[in-house]
Amino acid sequence: MLLKDEVEMLRRVPLFSGVAPAKLKLLAFTSERVSYKSGQILFRQGDPADAAYVILTGGADILSDSPSGEIKVAEIEHDSIVGEIAILCDVSRTATVRANSALEALRISKDHFLKLLSDYPEMTIEIMRVLADRLSHTTTELSEARSKQKQAAK
Amino acid sequence: METSLTRYIWSNTRLQQIWILFVVAVSMIPYFMSFDLPKQIVNGPIQGNGFETPGATRTFMHLEYDVPAFGKVVFFDGLELTRFQTLMALSLVFLLLVIINGLFKLYINTYKGRLGERMLRRIRFELIDRVLRFPPAQFKRVKSAEIATMIKDEVEPMGGFTGDAFVQPALLGGQAITALVFIIMQNFWLGMIAAGIVAVQGVVIPRMRKRLLELGRQRQLTARELSGRVGEIVDGIGTIHGNDTSNFERADIASRLGLIFSIRYDLYQWKFLVKFINNFLAQVTPFLFYSIGGFLALQGRLDIGQLVAVINAYKDLPGPLKELIDWDQARQDVQVKYNQVVEQFNVDMLVDPRIQALAPDPVNRLEHSLHAVNLTLSDDSGAPLLRHVTLEIKPGETAAIVGNSGSGAEALAEAFARLIWPEQGRITIDGKDILELPESVTGRRIAYAASDTYFFHGTLRDNLLYGLKHAPLTKVEYEGAKAAKNKWNINEARRAGNPELDVNSDWVDYVSAGVTGPDDLFKVVRPVLDAVLISQDILDMALRSNVDIKTHADLTDRIVELRQALRKRLKKEDLDDLVVPFKLDEYNPQATVGENLLFGSMRRPMMTNRKLAAHPYFRSVLRENDLYIDLYNMGLEIAANAVELFEDLPPDHPFFQQLTFMTADDIPAYQVLLQKLQGRGIDAASADERTSIIRLSFSYIEPRHRFGLLNSQLMAKIVDARARFHQNMPDDLKAVIERYDPERFISTATLLDNVLFGRIGFTQADGSDRLRTILRDLFDRLGLFESVLSIGMDFDVGSGGKRLTNVQRQKLNVARALLKRADYVIFNRPLPALDQRVQDHITHNIMEDLHEEGHAPAIIWVLSNTALANLFDRVIVFDKGTLVEDGTHATLLEKNGIFKELVS
Repeated sequence: MLLKDEVEMLRRVPLFSGVAPAKLKLLAFTSERVSYKSGQILFRQGDPADAAYVILTGGADILSDSPSGEIKVAEIEHDSIVGEIAILCDVSRTATVRANSALEALRISKDHFLKLLSDYPEMTIEIMRVLADRLSHTTTELSEARSKQKQAAK
Repeated sequence: METSLTRYIWSNTRLQQIWILFVVAVSMIPYFMSFDLPKQIVNGPIQGNGFETPGATRTFMHLEYDVPAFGKVVFFDGLELTRFQTLMALSLVFLLLVIINGLFKLYINTYKGRLGERMLRRIRFELIDRVLRFPPAQFKRVKSAEIATMIKDEVEPMGGFTGDAFVQPALLGGQAITALVFIIMQNFWLGMIAAGIVAVQGVVIPRMRKRLLELGRQRQLTARELSGRVGEIVDGIGTIHGNDTSNFERADIASRLGLIFSIRYDLYQWKFLVKFINNFLAQVTPFLFYSIGGFLALQGRLDIGQLVAVINAYKDLPGPLKELIDWDQARQDVQVKYNQVVEQFNVDMLVDPRIQALAPDPVNRLEHSLHAVNLTLSDDSGAPLLRHVTLEIKPGETAAIVGNSGSGAEALAEAFARLIWPEQGRITIDGKDILELPESVTGRRIAYAASDTYFFHGTLRDNLLYGLKHAPLTKVEYEGAKAAKNKWNINEARRAGNPELDVNSDWVDYVSAGVTGPDDLFKVVRPVLDAVLISQDILDMALRSNVDIKTHADLTDRIVELRQALRKRLKKEDLDDLVVPFKLDEYNPQATVGENLLFGSMRRPMMTNRKLAAHPYFRSVLRENDLYIDLYNMGLEIAANAVELFEDLPPDHPFFQQLTFMTADDIPAYQVLLQKLQGRGIDAASADERTSIIRLSFSYIEPRHRFGLLNSQLMAKIVDARARFHQNMPDDLKAVIERYDPERFISTATLLDNVLFGRIGFTQADGSDRLRTILRDLFDRLGLFESVLSIGMDFDVGSGGKRLTNVQRQKLNVARALLKRADYVIFNRPLPALDQRVQDHITHNIMEDLHEEGHAPAIIWVLSNTALANLFDRVIVFDKGTLVEDGTHATLLEKNGIFKELVS
């Protein structure tokens, strides 16, 4: 797969949709192209976060350690980005990501990612949008859970 | 040390000095004879005295001697020679004397030189010997660079002076007196004039030179301080950069240099003034000779031959005289220097030489307890570190010492290691003070490691085994010329008071390490390296290094097997695509275009990319079937891509790290090139421009850069060029290029490249990590792990071990202490550079696994992490310089004391 194909794929990722193609090409060039076999692990929960991954093809499971063992929290598909939160707020990985099929990804290192954000405000806004979206999602779920709890207590 | 240099020299070189004095005395005979001869020649055959009648002859070389009570003995009747023959004969005798005098000079000078060099060797050795015996506290006061200057530079003139110490005054004095006596014999009053001037010179000049000596002393001190400061700048360069104090250092150095300059300038002014006066006095004498002597000759009271002889003899007077005065100057100068040095090296409490005596035999194990008796320690300022501690550590016991920093725990460990000497009380083993035990006992049976590490410049192996090098254990057999040289070395060492220890002998004490010799050394080294978690690092060092085929044949001979095993293993684990192997007739997409062309590795630094690119043979290969045009076009595309991607970025942008084939600074130049050359074909480019374009293509790797510039046709062309390149390669290239050969070890490539014999695929996630794990396992299975470790051990650690990371140094420091198999092992917070987790891991490894097989030393460990105390038989708690709790882990926990507080 060549650089120009990668640019096409990056444009389909919502986070990068607003970024000029020339910049996407630069992003693709400075990122590492990595391929994983099904079952191979991108990163583990608890690891220090050093990069974000853009899934170009294939898909992956997001797994979380729990007292009863690993549980699958979510699934991601191609054209999405994973691992970006941990590098934004400097925490270790909050979940394990494992390829569930043959997977091709672009690995954007933490430094490069942060540099991109400061260079291209439109990306930062997009990231904020995604985060705000998730936050409201989580808040809704939390309040639902609380009201359920209250009802159960009654 | 002896305070008077003259006495020091005399006591060490007495016999040689007497011998050389004797030789000098003998040399006076021909020297004196050569004075008298010119007069004989001038008065005899030239002026014709004794040859008044034509054909007259004189007896030449008539030798007879009056033996008392025996009468005259005639050795040689002599020859009857005519006037011309006599002239020739006397001239030949003159020539002979010149030669004899010259030979004497040669012998004397060589002898003196050798004497001086031996003396220099002796002084230097003695000084270093003293450094080795300085008490530890001394090293807090001295700067290493100053010591080095003293030993290297400041004693140097002493060597030169040694040869002259007694000979020079005797020789020059003798010469001067001979000349003077001769002048007096010729004419008393002329002689008296000469003697008078000599006396004035001898009194005035040394006085004027007093100031020179003082200046010389200052020069020496300031120069020494300068080298001390230079040493500080080098050692503290990180601190200087970190604080932006480089200009402060510049100012300091400039002011020192200014001071040195003013001293030296002063010195020159005086020196030349003294010289002027000295020369003037020397020249006054001939003036008196010419005027007074000439006057006497005119009056007929002095014959011309006599006057010529006096003037001739006087020529020989100022020379020796001046040198004599110079000698005296040198003597005082050297004496001052010597005093300065001796002052620095005369240290109280020097370690007794017996304590460091060589002990080649194995030292018995320490089977008694280590006692600290009423031990009080204090720091340099006198502040107490530890107060009245009495403590016993039994053999084989493991003790954790706990306490906050400043509690005295570290000080106790340092005292056990003899790094701090007690203020009061003592540390004993079997009733003997450890300060009085020979180092052959304490240095071998007690091991110590703290956080500050020191590594000597050399290989990792040298440093790791450093703790085992106590005595030369093998006798090296030398043969032929080497044997003669060795004998000579030993002789010379003895003459200069140096020890005769052979540094080439194998010093490593394998037996005390628990093995039989170098071959099974890894049996004990490897568990230790594993325990301190450094074997992976050493493995990596080995993989990254070039392997010496001669010393590591055990591995290099099995390279084919190793490569096959790796392929098989990768296949088995379904990781075939992790490594793309090199094949002679295939393009390797994971390698650069350049590597694919070369298909070999270069012997650097004899051959470099640049040199190869300029080589006519290489060029001719590229020119065939126009490969260079393809590469040119490719380079142009790469340049266009790079410029497009990077032209807007500031040069310090982190993205430039990814740009492997050019730097940020190259971008504008390529931008200009592109404007000129794009779309115009290769002919538009000059030779230089072509080179800088084609160069880009050589670094191109399709899977990495992904510009889409390689197609199967071009790859085939490159493989074809590769074949042609290797087919008719000229000898000069063959010598510096090693072709990749699946059947052979490539000596110019790293071990990793050799084992892989290919390239790790770029898109393989964590490729190199996974490969490292596989390789480690593979080496183990094939029984090659130790060979690989041995290659890693060849790693050059750099000055002070600076090529290692701090973490590696601390781990190796612990490993070094463990390898000694001492009876008491003391760890004084040895691993602070490591993460707490790793520290704990290593502590567990050492305490739980390492000493399972028999050898169980007492371990005294000053812990950073109190939680680990449960690994030890006994826990000793210190607080504010006193021992507060002592007992097993369980009892102390029950006690609810300080220990419990520390743990929680």
